Amino acid sequence: MAIVNDQLPPGEDPALLTEEVHDPRRRDFINIAAVSFAGVGAVAIVLPLINQMNPSADVLAQSTTELDVSKIAPGQAIKSSFRKQPLFVRNLTPAEIAEANAVPLSELRDPQTLAERTKAGKENWLITLGVCTHLGCVPLGAGEGENKGPFGGYFCPCHGSAYDTAARIRQGPAPTNLQVPEYAFTNDTTVLVG
Amino acid sequence: MSFPWAKQYEPKQPLMRWLDEKLPLPRLVYNAVGAGYPVPRNLNYFWNFGVLAGLALTLQIVTGIVLAMHYAANAGVAFESVEQIMRDVNAGWFLRYAHANGASMFLLVVYIHIARGLYYGSYKAPREMVWLLGVVIFLLMMATAFMGYVLPWGQMSFWGAQVITGFFSAIPLVGESIRIWLLGGYAPDNAALNRFFSLHYLLPFVTAGVIILHIWALHIPGSNNPTGVDVKGEQDTVPFHPYYTAKDGFGVGVFMLVFAALIFFSPNLLGHPDNYIEANPLSTPAHIVPEWYFLPFYAILKSFTADFIIPAKLWGVLAMFGSILLLFFLPWLDSSPVRSANYRPKYRAFLIVLLFDVLLLGYVGGAEANARNVILGQIASAYYFAHFLIILPMVARSERPRPLPNSITEAVLEKHGGTSPAKTALA
Repeated sequence: MAIVNDQLPPGEDPALLTEEVHDPRRRDFINIAAVSFAGVGAVAIVLPLINQMNPSADVLAQSTTELDVSKIAPGQAIKSSFRKQPLFVRNLTPAEIAEANAVPLSELRDPQTLAERTKAGKENWLITLGVCTHLGCVPLGAGEGENKGPFGGYFCPCHGSAYDTAARIRQGPAPTNLQVPEYAFTNDTTVLVG
Repeated sequence: MSFPWAKQYEPKQPLMRWLDEKLPLPRLVYNAVGAGYPVPRNLNYFWNFGVLAGLALTLQIVTGIVLAMHYAANAGVAFESVEQIMRDVNAGWFLRYAHANGASMFLLVVYIHIARGLYYGSYKAPREMVWLLGVVIFLLMMATAFMGYVLPWGQMSFWGAQVITGFFSAIPLVGESIRIWLLGGYAPDNAALNRFFSLHYLLPFVTAGVIILHIWALHIPGSNNPTGVDVKGEQDTVPFHPYYTAKDGFGVGVFMLVFAALIFFSPNLLGHPDNYIEANPLSTPAHIVPEWYFLPFYAILKSFTADFIIPAKLWGVLAMFGSILLLFFLPWLDSSPVRSANYRPKYRAFLIVLLFDVLLLGYVGGAEANARNVILGQIASAYYFAHFLIILPMVARSERPRPLPNSITEAVLEKHGGTSPAKTALA
């Protein structure tokens, strides 16, 4: 940094300069300090510019959904929405629960038991996002008469991912099971999602 | 820059002389696309497509600015505002159809422009920077086209946005956060639509800037030509104006005929009917496909169906982006000093196979994902990468090129039955 044969700025003592040429010099230090200060300022301006892209308060405010599940008979499912994304609420039949529990975990791409994907004592209520974990299409199988796919759960028409009765990925390109959002039963028939 | 025999700008009128002293803008234009730019005399019609791409961008910017005067980028009204443009705005249908089909025309001429570069070795030294900037322009165009397609807020718009931003969720650990950051929400919605509109308006001007760099970089070595042989002297070139302005003018006429046929006779030929249904976040269309110009890349994305070390989804996304990023390395993958495929019999054959391979990928990208098509897509994807990473470097080493003409002029004279100076010398 210090270039010794720099021209001597007027008013500086040559003796002092030759004795105390150290790296960085006082001038370099001022230079570094000024540029660093500007750099910190630039970062301080960039942060809000990046952060403005994140979900805004009104979008975040939509992040709870209350559902009444009393009208869903076993074997039926409804489509609702949570954070503007489709939400599947399914009342599993005992046969479907048995089918899900019969699958050995070693066979699964994303190993999870049905119990881990439902609430204790409410194993028949399978609540997942209706967003295929491949590229985000809405899988079929929640509506009446829709194709449930080879594993009796959900089937994504976009690229052929098939989910089982616990909405776990069994076949096709999707990497993980359908996501289970955070939710709680506030009473026997009401679910608060989010 | 350019050649020493390039004509100099000599303004005759006092006003132009005055302007030239203060701001030599006419001089810049004269040297860039006027008589001051010497161009090889043997360019064929494939050399029209650069000018046509510039024309297409200009048309997109003009129609786009006008459409933005009528369009409302709000998820609540975007779809209606597009319908209002179609039904109520004076000549709105014409402007929108011109803009939508103009995008297809732009991509079409750019694909031919890229194929021209591949065939005649225009990516090779000393034009590597021209090629690299061209790939940047291509990436910018793809981003712009995608975001523009989202704006009408139909079903294909919405689900296209969902699927394409879904690519980012394939990134390990931070992918989902990046996706939410890009969308400004958990699914495409008003925030995403607004930012896409903002960027869709911005990126064409960025593209125009990179095009200026592309032309600047081109004008240092000058244009390539069908023989790939360097310009040796003044007899090898003609001034851009009037020779190639006239030749490009003919190309512009043909371009306009095709464009007009699309707009006036079949404006929705390249679109999807589903995009005339308003976006519905709770229902995916039965068959999601991107616009035709993305189909080959979509086929590569779909070709990865099994996990191998990393998830299939991440492979697909990496391969799709890789298939374009690969082009950045092309000037160094092909070590053959011969530029034009006319003198490279093996490379020429493989390049024609690549062309059919890309067309096959395009077919698979748009077709249903059944077992046969998945296999076809996998073979075609594998060949695409093999062409650039294996075949091209090997051919460059093993091939014995045909003898090159001594100069552009010799090639031209020989083609027209004259004797070449070399032959005369031998005789």
